[in-house]
Amino acid sequence: MSAVVEFEKVVAVAGSFPVLTGLDLRVAQGEVVLLRGENGAGKTSFLRSCAGLISVSSGDAHVLGFDMRVDRRAPRRYIGLLGHENNLYRDLWVREHVEFRAAAVGAAESDTDAALLRVGVPKQLWSVPIGSLSAGQRRKVAIASLVVGRPRLWLLDEPHASLDSESRENLDVILAEASQLGATIIFASHESPPTNGIASRVITMGGGRVLEDSGAS
Amino acid sequence: MTSTTRSNAKMTATPATRVLGVLAIAATALMAVLGLFISPADVIQGEAVRMLYLHVPSIWIAYGAFVLTSVSSILFLRARKRREDQGRHYDRLAGSAAEVGVVFTGITLITGMLWGKVTWGTYWQWDARLTTTILLFVTYLGYLALRRLPADPMVRSQRAAVMALISFINVPIVHYSVDWWRTLHQKASLSVGRRPEITGEMYWTLLYSTLAVTIVATWLMIHRYRVIRLEELRDEEALAALISSRLKNDDGSN
Amino acid sequence: MLAETLLVARKDLRVEWRAKVALGQVAPLALLILVVLAFALDANSSLLELGAGGLYWVAVLYGGTLLIQRSFDVETDDGNMDAFRMSAIGAPSLFLGKSLALFVQIGLLELVLGSGIALLYNVRVTDWVLLFVAAVAGTVAFSVCGVLWGVMSAGLRVRATLLPLLLVPVLAPILLAGSRAFETALGVRADAGWTWASLMFVIAAIHTAIGLGAFGFLLEEG
Repeated sequence: MSAVVEFEKVVAVAGSFPVLTGLDLRVAQGEVVLLRGENGAGKTSFLRSCAGLISVSSGDAHVLGFDMRVDRRAPRRYIGLLGHENNLYRDLWVREHVEFRAAAVGAAESDTDAALLRVGVPKQLWSVPIGSLSAGQRRKVAIASLVVGRPRLWLLDEPHASLDSESRENLDVILAEASQLGATIIFASHESPPTNGIASRVITMGGGRVLEDSGAS
Repeated sequence: MTSTTRSNAKMTATPATRVLGVLAIAATALMAVLGLFISPADVIQGEAVRMLYLHVPSIWIAYGAFVLTSVSSILFLRARKRREDQGRHYDRLAGSAAEVGVVFTGITLITGMLWGKVTWGTYWQWDARLTTTILLFVTYLGYLALRRLPADPMVRSQRAAVMALISFINVPIVHYSVDWWRTLHQKASLSVGRRPEITGEMYWTLLYSTLAVTIVATWLMIHRYRVIRLEELRDEEALAALISSRLKNDDGSN
Repeated sequence: MLAETLLVARKDLRVEWRAKVALGQVAPLALLILVVLAFALDANSSLLELGAGGLYWVAVLYGGTLLIQRSFDVETDDGNMDAFRMSAIGAPSLFLGKSLALFVQIGLLELVLGSGIALLYNVRVTDWVLLFVAAVAGTVAFSVCGVLWGVMSAGLRVRATLLPLLLVPVLAPILLAGSRAFETALGVRADAGWTWASLMFVIAAIHTAIGLGAFGFLLEEG
């Protein structure tokens, strides 16, 4: 099994603060990895450096086979990133937004219907401006925007935030299905144990690096 | 260019710049004597012509500094991946040149306005040179504002470099268009375009003043460059300290 | 690349269509500026007729700056810049797409302002072709410069004051050229209006070339 993420002694700096301080981690394809840790441990920074949004100042970093020190933009088209914010155009209708995201990654527009239904956004909301949705519904639209792209690597930062319990379970099923189809999933979560269920591996971070790893690969 | 390598250095002076500084003071003093006393008054403009000994070299320095900023920015953009220091030397050069440029553009504008009040009776004229100079001044200010923004240092330097590059192309466009605009609308103030006839002692005084102003500007630039270098060193050391302190905390607390 | 450019442009225009900021807020505001300028000039109709070309472009400058800010507010809101960076759409297409959308929006603004000028300032058009070409040239130049400089100050908290500071010296020659070209077209002055119009195209071309090359790394945050 090929390594999707290979970080060795990675140091990353954002502004003038060292957000990753010598991080070692290897994630193989198909794994579902849960990141835990206190606020400020570096979970978000790790996800963002996998996405190439934060540059690596020292160490070795490879994502999907690409060397992040040479070209950190290269793997982006295969990655689906869901951060704390939803990245939604609040003036657009739900359907229009997801259609745009779909077209932006080359997915067919018919995929948007499927994605919206899959995450549980009912049809009557499809022509509603995103700005008038509740937080949970917006989160679902954000997830749909990610799902529609069928990324190889999913990077999720607190994906369950603002979702009700039914939607959370649904998200877990979506993640499990994606993993079975070959995608690799890394998600950070503060959720208590029930979410561990889908994760095959739990990593605890602190101070910008890995402290504990339930199953090194 | 710099020998200050420790961030706890108290001054940015070195033996070389001390000599340069003394030279600068001496040169300026001589310039004042030549300009104010020894060189003659102009036939047409009277004593007001003395202002030009400061005004003309200042704008030359300002243009020169501007070119230096732009060229350094281009070199910086090219050197980012190639040099070991990621081209930061050129970025510092661009920044210090721009600050010196702003100062001398300001001097140009002020001396120009005072000269204009005495010779034309008004502080301002919308002729090509003045208009282009004030736009250059504002462009510089924008560039310096961009350099001070809270952002990742590399990103900030890159954006500033692109701005310098575009401005490098833009300013000639502005100059050309404003110049053409004003020649089309040449009104009664014909004296606006004419430079006074520079001969003999006035010519040498002007040439010498240019030298003196250049020495002062160079001295300023060297020190500004070193201050920037020290600031960067201080930030680097702070960062390294933060990294090592985070690495020591095994329990993950900050 | 054309398809991606149109995709981005369509998205921007659709956001505008839903939010109606350009038509609903900026255009009326720019129109008000025209009215207020008339107050400032004491509604001296010969002055207004002479100055119409320039005053028009001042109003376009004002409204255009607001539209450029709005265009980037949409992208920095809700972390949208990250999605921008992560998308498979190439940076040149992002640049051209946003420029195209801005071109349409500023163009619509100009239609409103143009009608305002025609009605309020007592002007007569002697050269419609020149007027139209100059307007297009100025609008293209505004849009391309706006996107290029907009991205440089995007995502920064002081953007609201920084963007005009950076933008206005850049737009100044466009304003100059546009005003002179319009004055020729309005028969107020016998100038070389076509040369001024071509100057604006040159400015637009230069900024487009730089934008295509630099937009990619200008988007990055760190």
